[in-house]
Amino acid sequence: MARLEVVEEKCVGCGACLKACPYDALSIESSIVQVNDRCTLCGACVDSCPYDALVLRKDGAVPSAPPGYRGVMVVAEQKRGTVQNVSFELLGAGRRLAEDAGGALTAVLIGHDVAPQARRLIAFGADRVLVAQSKALEGFNDEAYARILARIIREQKPEIVIAGATCIGRALIPRVAVELGTGLTADCTGLQIQEETRHLAQTRPAFGGNIMATILCARHRPQMATVRPKVMKASAPDEGRAGEIVEIPCAEEELSTRARVLKSVEETAGTVNIADADVIVSGGRGMRGAEQFALLSELAKALGAAVGASRSAVDAGWVPYAYQVGQTGKTVQPKLYIACGISGAIQHLVGMQSADTIVAINKDPDAPIFKVATFGIVGDLFEIVPRLTREIQRRRKAGR
Amino acid sequence: MNYFLTEEQQFIKEIAATVAREKILPVRAELDEAQEFPWEIVKVLADSNLFGVYIGEEYGGTGGGVLDLCIAVEELSRVCGGISLCLAATALGTFPLLLFGSEEQKKKYLPAIAAGKRLVAFALTESGAGSDAGAIQATARKDGDSYVLNGTKQWITNGGEAEIYTVVAMTDKSRGSRGASAFIVEKGTPGFDFGKKENKLGIRASATRELVFQDCRIPAGNLLGREGQGFIVAMKTFDASRPGVAAQAVGIAQGALDEAASYARQREQFGKPIISFQGVQFMLADMAIKIEAARSLVYAVARAIDGGEKRISKESAMAKVFASDTAMQVTVDAVQILGGYGYMKEYPVEKMMRDAKITQIYEGTNQIQRTIIASQMVKELAGKKD
Amino acid sequence: MKIIVCIKQVPDTTSVRMDPETLTLIREGVPSIINPFDAYAIEEGLRLKEKHGGTVTVITMGPPQAASALREAIALGVDEGVHLCDAAFKGSDTLATSYVLAQGIRKLGAFDLILCGKQASDGDTAQVGPGIAVQLDLPQAICVRKIVEVQDGRLTVERSMEEGYDLVETPLPALLTVTKEINEPRLPSLKGKMRAKKAALRTMSAAEMDADPARIGLDGSPTWVEKVFPPPQRGAGRMLQGEPEEQVGQLLDEIEKLKLG
Repeated sequence: MARLEVVEEKCVGCGACLKACPYDALSIESSIVQVNDRCTLCGACVDSCPYDALVLRKDGAVPSAPPGYRGVMVVAEQKRGTVQNVSFELLGAGRRLAEDAGGALTAVLIGHDVAPQARRLIAFGADRVLVAQSKALEGFNDEAYARILARIIREQKPEIVIAGATCIGRALIPRVAVELGTGLTADCTGLQIQEETRHLAQTRPAFGGNIMATILCARHRPQMATVRPKVMKASAPDEGRAGEIVEIPCAEEELSTRARVLKSVEETAGTVNIADADVIVSGGRGMRGAEQFALLSELAKALGAAVGASRSAVDAGWVPYAYQVGQTGKTVQPKLYIACGISGAIQHLVGMQSADTIVAINKDPDAPIFKVATFGIVGDLFEIVPRLTREIQRRRKAGR
Repeated sequence: MNYFLTEEQQFIKEIAATVAREKILPVRAELDEAQEFPWEIVKVLADSNLFGVYIGEEYGGTGGGVLDLCIAVEELSRVCGGISLCLAATALGTFPLLLFGSEEQKKKYLPAIAAGKRLVAFALTESGAGSDAGAIQATARKDGDSYVLNGTKQWITNGGEAEIYTVVAMTDKSRGSRGASAFIVEKGTPGFDFGKKENKLGIRASATRELVFQDCRIPAGNLLGREGQGFIVAMKTFDASRPGVAAQAVGIAQGALDEAASYARQREQFGKPIISFQGVQFMLADMAIKIEAARSLVYAVARAIDGGEKRISKESAMAKVFASDTAMQVTVDAVQILGGYGYMKEYPVEKMMRDAKITQIYEGTNQIQRTIIASQMVKELAGKKD
Repeated sequence: MKIIVCIKQVPDTTSVRMDPETLTLIREGVPSIINPFDAYAIEEGLRLKEKHGGTVTVITMGPPQAASALREAIALGVDEGVHLCDAAFKGSDTLATSYVLAQGIRKLGAFDLILCGKQASDGDTAQVGPGIAVQLDLPQAICVRKIVEVQDGRLTVERSMEEGYDLVETPLPALLTVTKEINEPRLPSLKGKMRAKKAALRTMSAAEMDADPARIGLDGSPTWVEKVFPPPQRGAGRMLQGEPEEQVGQLLDEIEKLKLG
């Protein structure tokens, strides 16, 4: 069993570790650190000690992996027979990992009448595509897909399996990982083969994005990870690329499922889904009312953006809850986030601070949002936003 | 400071603070602006069991006393002194029933009040009878097994929204100060109407209306206590309710101080946060001193009442005066500390200043309170043999 | 209906962050709270109980102070709290956690529905819910935003998808994870808190649950945290100066540089 050890000779009781502990597990008694029951062995305190007085003792050295696993497998995702973009992004990352770790890059595609799509997966980097088809698998269903994918993985023994952290991915991959009794790291933003150990270092945000954590799965194979759309980059497709397509037959029992999808409903066709959007224009208390949000919709349309909102605007009833960005709303990672009339309370920031570029427009120069903004404008948003919209339209007409 | 609250009182504080933060904070500015009654908040307070904190368990309350009520009102007032009145004014209207009601009357009305299903209002003030409560003109004439009410009450908090009213009217003008009686009147009784909602400087989320009685007939069983006890009922009611008003004032003041201190840490001028300047520090320190002193006095009085102390008028008046004067001073200073921003409606302190003012006026103006204090002192001195 | 809600006590995320200079976590006076998504699961359980009758049991795996999360749930109206508590559970990753919770649930007897929040706000993995479903061999629906109907042992729900939702029907028993769109959680009442204070919690150690030592704690965890570090720092921002027209011009120049396509 592992434990957190305090090296008493080194500990001076400075208390730096107390502040670093998210679980309030440390206290100082007679100038020595004491660890209480709340400790979850997360290791955050270890780095905080200037005297190296804290050690997270695991039994034994970092274990090496079970043998016989090789190659990288990408779980491709299809909806209504079309492979989703995230799969191509994963193949881009997968190719890089396969080259580093060794072995082939295999894609798995489950569905019905999807064999034609296999060629696209090869063009984007797969050496082999395994296709499991059946009418019963046309639409995603948790149990059958998980059962079949787990079986394929047991047969193929890839070292690494990556999949999209999508609605389907979140339902499917955790089931598969538990069926295989292996480790899974969700929502990875970084995947890297470690130089010495050859294990996959999986990096992801935790604590609402306030810290980054690197996870290892050393004793088990495959190492499984999911990645959000738009985090990895697809390679340029090569239509002439050669690859193998293999039909994987499925037994009748494998196709059974208890939960059934009665129908799939598309909603608000036309407006961009905020969680996927590259650009989000967001409004807060400073918008003053529901009608004023029309200004943001216009700017959003001009930019091809989705509209978001802070909790104040949603609580005031100006926009529906689906627009809410923040701790009790959605977490977004767009390329560009434009915050209009949003003060930047921490509960909102945790939902959007991972955006690549943040623009803040607020008439209060002391608004906390300016601390995270890449570009800030102190001004009246009712003047700035319409101007912005007009200028975008003007530049577009002028062919810029 | 640790006031050694019981665990239940701690829960009340936590629950009130949660309701204030989650439900009241997002809507306080809007309800103030629109002068809208907070029915949504009433429902949340009811579901949280806060309407019954000062009512006995046998009637569906949680069996606490005045201190429990003060804790709840203070926490809610920290976020909005207007919205907290739906509870505080209901308590004011309920005390006559608690102190003078018969068992039958208590059983009939208290459960719904404790459950927050029915709000209450207390009606004494008239256009010609504010500080001079003895000058009320409303009458209640005995007629068979009913009383018939006639007259008008002015500036009644919760007026029009409450379903239960405790009303003081003259039953026998010839008996002067022993000629008034207290009654329970329900909304919807024929002959009982309301005037327009008043347009106020502050506590705008609280509804203030005129009550109009025109040959309003109520059962004789609605008499509270005995005929002629009307002003006693009022005085005893105020003794118990003054800590509640004082708690409202303490809450408003605390909310204002919190805003001012937080602002002073963030606002930088001359290269530093303004809280590093002694001028501002001294203001904040004085605000904090007064609030703590006011709170201590309020809690001590509340505890004394809950402990059974009957002769509490003087101290109860002191708590009300000191806390309300504190609220006024602190909120004015809070606006000052926020400077230009303090004057803008987008920041919450100007509302707190507007809300604070009424605490110096209603439930007995601070001038009347001082009269009460002085006359108590005279009585005590007269009783001394030296 | 016998409903079981799995909850986790987490630090209040908004007060946890990383100091970029010292590379250490800073936690400011953090109270522990019920994981925000789990509050929605509890509320949904209570609403189902109010509509269909039955009981709601809350279960958690956590250190001793996690008991306060169970009491918070009881203060909301939950009937029973079950605390899976053992030093041997420390260091559990999502696989080990889902095993422990599944074992604990097995000890509670027959049930109709397990509700979980979509994800925990410290780990943010969203893996434990589906993991429990596999351990207990249950059908599942993940990221449910509405329970449409419960009838004759069958449940119909709206499962969130990127472009809308799927209408999913499943027999009971089943496991659902819920999103914040599903309801608005109630606040605890005073009477609830007083009841919670006196409530007896059921505690189970690893041995009492017949938990396999090889499958719990660090030993039972295929994954572990190798290191933590602060997110990439945002460079100091630039305030755009000048008249609104100039500010707008500068901003658009910068946006164009981003090549958003």
